[in-house]
Amino acid sequence: MQTSERRKTERSASFTVKSGLAQMLKGGVIMDVVSVEHAVIAEEAGAVAVMALERVPADIRAQGGVARMSDPGLIREIMSAVSIPVMAKCRIGHFVEAQILEAIGVDYVDESEVLTPADEAHHIDKHGFGVPFVCGCRNLGEALRRIGEGAAMIRTKGEAGTGDVVEAVRHARTVLGEIRSLASMPDEELMSFAKGLGAPYELVKQTKAAGRLPVVNFAAGGIATPADAALMMQLGVDGVFVGSGIFKSSEPAKRAKAIVQATTHFRNPGMLAELSTHLGEPMSGISAAGLTEDQRLAGRGW
Amino acid sequence: MNRDLDVEREAGLDIGVLALQGAFIEHIHRLTELQAAAREVRLPQDLEGLDGLILPGGESTAIAKLMAGCGLVAPIRRFAERHAVWGTCAGMILLADDIGPEPPVLGLMDIVVERNAFGRQIDSFEEPLYVEGLEEGAGRAFPGIFIRAPRLMAVRPPARVIVRLADGTAVGARQGRLLATAFHPELTRDLRFHRYFLDMVRS
Repeated sequence: MQTSERRKTERSASFTVKSGLAQMLKGGVIMDVVSVEHAVIAEEAGAVAVMALERVPADIRAQGGVARMSDPGLIREIMSAVSIPVMAKCRIGHFVEAQILEAIGVDYVDESEVLTPADEAHHIDKHGFGVPFVCGCRNLGEALRRIGEGAAMIRTKGEAGTGDVVEAVRHARTVLGEIRSLASMPDEELMSFAKGLGAPYELVKQTKAAGRLPVVNFAAGGIATPADAALMMQLGVDGVFVGSGIFKSSEPAKRAKAIVQATTHFRNPGMLAELSTHLGEPMSGISAAGLTEDQRLAGRGW
Repeated sequence: MNRDLDVEREAGLDIGVLALQGAFIEHIHRLTELQAAAREVRLPQDLEGLDGLILPGGESTAIAKLMAGCGLVAPIRRFAERHAVWGTCAGMILLADDIGPEPPVLGLMDIVVERNAFGRQIDSFEEPLYVEGLEEGAGRAFPGIFIRAPRLMAVRPPARVIVRLADGTAVGARQGRLLATAFHPELTRDLRFHRYFLDMVRS
């Protein structure tokens, strides 16, 4: 932890600048890319950031085996090809992968359930890093535990690599619904509520006061069409991650641009109709309801 | 300082915030705290009836493409001929007439801007700023928040530098009714910069 210990004392490590970058990404689309060519298409389409990976979640799912951090060489190539922020994934609890990603200078680390977890009880202590982290959640308790560990951005998990939006909807509704009930809760009930969620009390109080998560919250996992992106935005998330949905479709450049515009004009059905027209084949997808328990990625995380 | 009077005098102003992507809600919150009416701008018709416009922080490449996509470039240029416009971070890049190898977006200010001038996210930082012309500007530091920030490489008259980092780097400029800052006053609870802009709108 030598690097991050040193960085703590430098001017770069404040939580304001870590969560501030996520605030700048709001209303935007973050796209999974596996090559420089993909990254350039994503930037050209108006992505606000790219997630540099060796395999998109649909391929991780299809190929099986252990999924790890990508080759730093590939991540560096993508970083030098685009001017937008570049994110990369490390395994849950694998703080050395995170140190490596910080050392090569990625803009955000995603401690992600899409990769095979390295620790079955603990996530990374994210406070110790200068690079900000985004983490997945299925409910408010999980979101606040991650923020408690230092995550500067949250994404609802959905079910990555399926092209089925149902789990993304379930997780967004759960988190946002729990915040709505918290907002009307009398203060004397907050400790018991925090206990029930397994969430830090101070963060529960902050969430109640703000009426929203203390950090930016994107949706992820199964978004494949402009309508899917607009659906998540209307439900109340701050932006969307699109993983396999773009580069597993028949016309990635066109679809990427349409999803970016749909995320901006999410309340304009007339524009959404135009944006959804003649996009070619979407990714074929698999029904999330048909997955067995061990095929579900969203259950990873503690 | 009479706070009530300050708040009172902002009433009646209609300020638009470009809401294509980025930190627009933060600007809206700061404006609302000053009793100005704030409105999201997504399409050219949203500019009608506004007294001023803020171009927020976000990803400048994404915002530029979205602006072109919904036909907002020319309407904003026309709007700026008669009204005050303020760009923060990405908004400063949109206002500049020179952003390096790529063509300028709005090209309204005589400034040369370098994108991501301080490096990547790990190099983002906070620094107190002393701002010329800001209320108590010389005596009370303004919290400067720089996130993958741009900087001013050159500022040509009639544009002039209004704020520099301690090392002399220019990070804010004004040109008549146009204002550009490389940092994010909308992420702070200090309302002085928003009040400064509302004064520009009024004059």
